[in-house]
Amino acid sequence: MIESSPLPALAIAVPLLGAALIAALGSKPNLRECVSVALALATLGLVASMLPGTTDGRVASTTLLELSPGINIALRADPAGMLFATLASFLWVPTAVYSIGYMRGLEEEKQTRFFAAFALSVGATLGVALAANLLTFVLFYELLTLFTYPLVIHRESDEAVRAGRKYLLYTLGGGLALIGGTAWLALLGIDTTFSEAGVLGSLAGRDGTVWALFVLLTVGVVVKAAVMPLHSWLPAAMVAPTPVSALLHAVAVVKAGVFGVVRVLIFVFGVDLLRDTGAWQVLAIGAAATVVLASLLALRHDNLKRRLAYSTVSHLSYIVLGVALLGPLALTGALLHLVGHGVTKITLFFCAGAIHVRTHRENVSELDGIGKQMPVTMAAFALASLSMAGIPPFVLFASKWYLGAGAVDASATPFLFVYIVSGVLSAGYLFPIVARAFWQSSPSFTWSGWPGEASLKMVVPLAVTGLLALIWGLVPNLPFSFLSLASQVADRAGGGA
Amino acid sequence: MTAQLPALIPLPLLALSILAPVAGMWRQGIAFWLAVATIAFSTAMSAWALAHVIAHGPMSYEFGGWEPPLGIEYVVDHVAAFVSLIVMVVALAVVVATRRMAEQEMQGRQGLYYSLVLLLLAGLTGIVVTADLFNLFVFLEISSLAGYALVFHGGRKGMLAGYRYLILGTLGGAFYLLGVAFLYFETGTLNMAHTLAILSASEATAPVSAGAVFIFIGLGLKMALVPLHLWLPDAYTFAPSSVNTLIAPIMTKVGAYAMLRMFLSVFPEGYLIDEVPIGQALIVLGAIGVLVGAVVAFRQQDIRRLLAYSSISQLGFIAIGIGLATPLGFVAALLHIMNHALMKGTLFLAVMAIRLQTGVSEVPALAGLGRHLPVTAAAFTVGAIAMVGVPPTVGFFSKWYLSIAAVEQDLWVILAVVLVSSLLSAAYLFRVLERAYFAPPPAAPDGPHDQPEGEARRTRLPLLGATWEPRVDVLLPLVLLAAATIVLGVLNVVVVRHVLEPGT
Repeated sequence: MIESSPLPALAIAVPLLGAALIAALGSKPNLRECVSVALALATLGLVASMLPGTTDGRVASTTLLELSPGINIALRADPAGMLFATLASFLWVPTAVYSIGYMRGLEEEKQTRFFAAFALSVGATLGVALAANLLTFVLFYELLTLFTYPLVIHRESDEAVRAGRKYLLYTLGGGLALIGGTAWLALLGIDTTFSEAGVLGSLAGRDGTVWALFVLLTVGVVVKAAVMPLHSWLPAAMVAPTPVSALLHAVAVVKAGVFGVVRVLIFVFGVDLLRDTGAWQVLAIGAAATVVLASLLALRHDNLKRRLAYSTVSHLSYIVLGVALLGPLALTGALLHLVGHGVTKITLFFCAGAIHVRTHRENVSELDGIGKQMPVTMAAFALASLSMAGIPPFVLFASKWYLGAGAVDASATPFLFVYIVSGVLSAGYLFPIVARAFWQSSPSFTWSGWPGEASLKMVVPLAVTGLLALIWGLVPNLPFSFLSLASQVADRAGGGA
Repeated sequence: MTAQLPALIPLPLLALSILAPVAGMWRQGIAFWLAVATIAFSTAMSAWALAHVIAHGPMSYEFGGWEPPLGIEYVVDHVAAFVSLIVMVVALAVVVATRRMAEQEMQGRQGLYYSLVLLLLAGLTGIVVTADLFNLFVFLEISSLAGYALVFHGGRKGMLAGYRYLILGTLGGAFYLLGVAFLYFETGTLNMAHTLAILSASEATAPVSAGAVFIFIGLGLKMALVPLHLWLPDAYTFAPSSVNTLIAPIMTKVGAYAMLRMFLSVFPEGYLIDEVPIGQALIVLGAIGVLVGAVVAFRQQDIRRLLAYSSISQLGFIAIGIGLATPLGFVAALLHIMNHALMKGTLFLAVMAIRLQTGVSEVPALAGLGRHLPVTAAAFTVGAIAMVGVPPTVGFFSKWYLSIAAVEQDLWVILAVVLVSSLLSAAYLFRVLERAYFAPPPAAPDGPHDQPEGEARRTRLPLLGATWEPRVDVLLPLVLLAAATIVLGVLNVVVVRHVLEPGT
């Protein structure tokens, strides 16, 4: 049941318009940061207020003006969208607090631009999440690219500018493919309002058209999901400040890409059509290769943020693979992995940032014994590492369980081994960091009381998200009913009741 | 007064273009106010005409009551009112904003300058409203002559550029006239509607087809269709800033409009595709122009030149839309005419503001622009984003319609061209934006910064006076034009449904 409500539009408008307020308060940093956190809380409140309705089957929706003849800007808080929107708006709160500590700790320049662009990016992400049709999705998807660009090149160094160019080239290029596909669908007269059964049923039998559309639309979303060989913008973008890496890698851009894969595959093409054409296999194989290759590459990188970036590339493809398998179990796992990876990876990046602020070290080999100086940070890092490796009872164990079961369920057992192998590899590139931090001793790090840690503004957020990686593994429905939402989407995918 | 509306758009401009220099001889400042008042009047008339056409349908006016084919007829339909309103609105914004630039550049010749501006606008609006093929030639020449004279003001290089423009432009006019003569021999009329009726009733003949080709070449020159674009880059670069800001957004658009008019009201439907492959030529040349213009733009150092090549690229889109010769294609072309007028107006106005305040317009010299002229830089950014075609700017939607129109005809190559060109525009525009916002700030004389080398050494914006942003009379039109690219993008369906679809 769909209910008309202004809430979805409000949830997007608050961060988008709030950014102007942040920009206007540039000369008053304290007030500006208060506004930034207040915006995050307000946005979370708005999104969370739609949750009960969505889980009960009363979907809030807003229809704004007509964007192209017959196609409106429409927003809808359906279960899939709410899953992503809740994750994004929730993780914005700790990130907003953390950013204050990080930006001040490093005395970064142009903080106003940073916080304003941050709010805009979250607004665009919520737009991506709550878009009710493909054109609205494209609109916010492109805006997201634009709003995150100033964040990527925040440092304004040559390296940052080069990374920014690469970022634009990849994501705008992908966006164009998406636009091309969307235009084609508009011409075919197909209403692209997302539907659990898919909307391209009328194209069944026209394999050539379906394949061409599949390539256009999938390339568009897969670029942001960093599936190889379209991934290289992501490690390059690591030059951005760490809260941005946390936002890009856990909340906004890459998850928008992965979420786009869900929207395109399940809600546009539909499970049945993809199964008939076999188009899913191409994507599944590409994603599986990415999972393994990116894990192997992560092993080789000494720079912590780069290692985390390749880990992200690998884990994003877990999700893409899960969606491509087209089964309810795998889809549940994929959506849960989207949430779990969000909270886990944001913790890891928070830790990397805290280490950078406190010690200015960025390489894994320089971190021997750091656990003595920053025990809380490294404990959170350890929690997140366990989650990444898929150890029970962490949240990524649960998601991987579903994903693995989904692979077997879809009679695609080889993909089960992909998940297992890469779980081992995840442990391989993360556990040594933890081990060296706590069990290697080094004269440069000793416990010298609290000042050894970064400021509370950074430690508290990372401790909270680190613990959530454990807590959501135990009670995934607390308090945002992520598992219920994921299984709701999975059960209805393909048009089933 | 409604009956005379079609004539009331161009004629006051024409009349005042004679009065303005006379008044200017008495008091220099008066010329500006006379010009602005006249342009505002014609803008209001265009708006009224558009409202009237939407409500009651097209209207026509016969001069002196002489009925065509004997007399000259002016027709304002949806498309004409739409284009005329865009031209006038952009012109009004530009003329208001370039006042001080013109004072600097046209010292002692302001009366003449505003006379030429009014003459130019009279010519352009005349082209838009006339329904007579020969009268169109007259207005084409009026606007072109005014254009040459304006470009001549740009110093030695401007003289050379203007001379080249004059030679090629006159050639274009001659080709057009030749084409019209061929048509006249065949049909015995110069009225567009009568020509259409006669051509529809008869078989295609060689003279008509030859005439079509000549007209195509002539108008192709006026709209800077590749490879007939050679006059444009120099004319835009070396003309005075007040002049290129006015010419760039509107002049080639009106050439494109005239081309569109041939498809809509002169030649029978399908004639320019089936009998003479002009539609196909427009598509091919347009596509080449789109790509080549964008690639060449990337290599330019001066923003004005960069924007000139980008104009050639953008005009390619319009050419493709016209060449498709389908309702959707025409809608895309017209939307892009509006889009291009607004965004090029924004971009050139921003460049003019930068030149006014700092005296530079080289890309490497723009470091620190975002900090020192934030509003101007923001407007430039909006224009750039519209050019790249990011939603929800109007640039996205014109490309959107063009994509649909291309796919409708199974022209997948064109779809690819449209998409790839967006990436190319992003490449050359973000090069400017990077410089403006993110380039390392110029080293302070005593600062601890590492000394930048080579290109970066020239990065300091020259500082003129204490205030960096231009005054409100420049900023306001600039901001309004920039805002229009977004607002009209969001409201594109209103424009398409009420104006463009009934018109095509």
